[in-house]
Amino acid sequence: MKIVVCIKQVPAKDAPLAIAEGGWIRETEIGFEMNEPDTFALEEALRLKEKHGGEVIAVSMGPERVKQTIKEALAKGADRAIHVVDDKFYQLDPLGSAMSLAAAIEREKPDLILTGLQSDDHGFGQTGVLLAERLGLPHATIIMQIDVQGDHMRLKRELEAGWFQWVELPLPAVLSIQSGINKVRYATLKGIMAAKKKEIAAIDRASLGINHAPTQRIERIYVPSKTKKTEFITGTPKEAAAKLLEKLKHEARVL
Amino acid sequence: MNLLVITEQREGKWNNTSFETLAAAQQIGAQAGGKLAAAVIGKGVAALAGELAAKKLDEVLLIEHELLAAYTPDGFCVALAQAIAQTKPDLILLPHTYQVRDFAPKLAASLGKGMIGDCVGYRYENGRLIFVRQMFQGKTAADVVFEGAAPWFATFQAGAFRADLVAQGAAKAPVKAIAVELKPEQIRTKPLELFREAKQAVDLTQAPILVAIGRGIKAPENIPMVEKLAKLLGGELAASRPICDEGWLPMERQIGSSGQTVAPKLYLALGISGAIQHVVGMKGSRTIVAINKDQNAPIFEVADYGIVGDLFEIVPALTEALEKS
Repeated sequence: MKIVVCIKQVPAKDAPLAIAEGGWIRETEIGFEMNEPDTFALEEALRLKEKHGGEVIAVSMGPERVKQTIKEALAKGADRAIHVVDDKFYQLDPLGSAMSLAAAIEREKPDLILTGLQSDDHGFGQTGVLLAERLGLPHATIIMQIDVQGDHMRLKRELEAGWFQWVELPLPAVLSIQSGINKVRYATLKGIMAAKKKEIAAIDRASLGINHAPTQRIERIYVPSKTKKTEFITGTPKEAAAKLLEKLKHEARVL
Repeated sequence: MNLLVITEQREGKWNNTSFETLAAAQQIGAQAGGKLAAAVIGKGVAALAGELAAKKLDEVLLIEHELLAAYTPDGFCVALAQAIAQTKPDLILLPHTYQVRDFAPKLAASLGKGMIGDCVGYRYENGRLIFVRQMFQGKTAADVVFEGAAPWFATFQAGAFRADLVAQGAAKAPVKAIAVELKPEQIRTKPLELFREAKQAVDLTQAPILVAIGRGIKAPENIPMVEKLAKLLGGELAASRPICDEGWLPMERQIGSSGQTVAPKLYLALGISGAIQHVVGMKGSRTIVAINKDQNAPIFEVADYGIVGDLFEIVPALTEALEKS
């Protein structure tokens, strides 16, 4: 099986964000990491390869810094990578991102394309579905289990409120993987060494010839105004605990 | 601006977030003007269309077909594209459910259009509609506008609007049946059985007090400490998604968009950062207490009381104080 897995690099979870112009953040002072939902998609791709053979190709879009996350995917076991290079990729709308990724992936003619559920930065949660539409492939989202059976797959989809559903889908297809589907592996020292020899094909996004007028634009980002007034309780742990219980009993009257 | 709300039902039962989106659409319609329609899609859903017709609407669209009995992204996209072509709405609004996330981006893209997803609100300023959504896991908000010609697609997050504010109509709205052409070979997904994994041993929606843990709990060995506190308060233990993904607590104790939605009288969030997927499941709680070591954690946005500190110091202090009293 030839499996493409889309991974995004996002600001590290604990990174303090400072807002910049143009609907984005100041990138200079923060660290980046692999988008957590994508780590589950990568792990699933590696497991499918181990079971059915084939190749895993990691695809990522973004500026030079993205190489670090691509190398992590290679160290974990992806065979090679494609880096769609674009310094201003964060200005793309979901459709523009998907069209660019689709153009880069199309040449590979993969059997399966995996994405995470959503990104921890934009959080559009549309890339997988839009990729499928652009590539003319069927898709399924929020996948909890993949059983490949010849030319088709049996998939466990998570619905809401504790419900699940089995669906069948022909290959090739695009799947968005639910976070928590597997236990993600760490890169080994051997993997890190091996990654150094693996190919990262860089494609300038402009060279893909995408002709797309954006369908939406982020006018500005800002720290959200609070809907509630939070009363902060201070003091030593003992003092804070006593004050909190007092408030819950006599002010909120919930104890 | 003509509006269309696409409602959601499964096996003849409403997904209640449909009415939250309908409430939003009524508000937008009142400001921006134009007609408001709502669509029901499925098979054998005429009764639901009749129910919808009692709301303050200009028209109800009934989209029925044998091949729409079970949801498939292909079937829904083909049928809804035809309904949109026939009725020509400018703005199409949907609730941001798992099902909508599965088909709406595809529907919009099949028409060459875009979707602003998971909006928590909107503003109507000088004839311009601005959508508000969260970014960076709720650490920032963003104002987003459509570019290019209609139709435009937007989805609203669960809890962003109140379903009980939907206005009833003075008279019944007309129900218009939309004829849909759909062939079996257009549907590539084969939907099989629906099922639930475990019989729910605990119904968190009925608990008056919930003590919820997140990543900040660090290890499963630390859970008994919180369990003790929950017991002293007369509450139940709950968790955010990562804790259940790790298997530290069963899935039935998960609060959030992929777990339970709760509104207890007291919700204690311990070491929970407050990602939107968690907050949508608990923000309706009467009193929310957040204990987190990061003073910028988004959970404090929804908290009534906050303690910035180490839960491993504060939880034992709370337990000790409760044991004394």
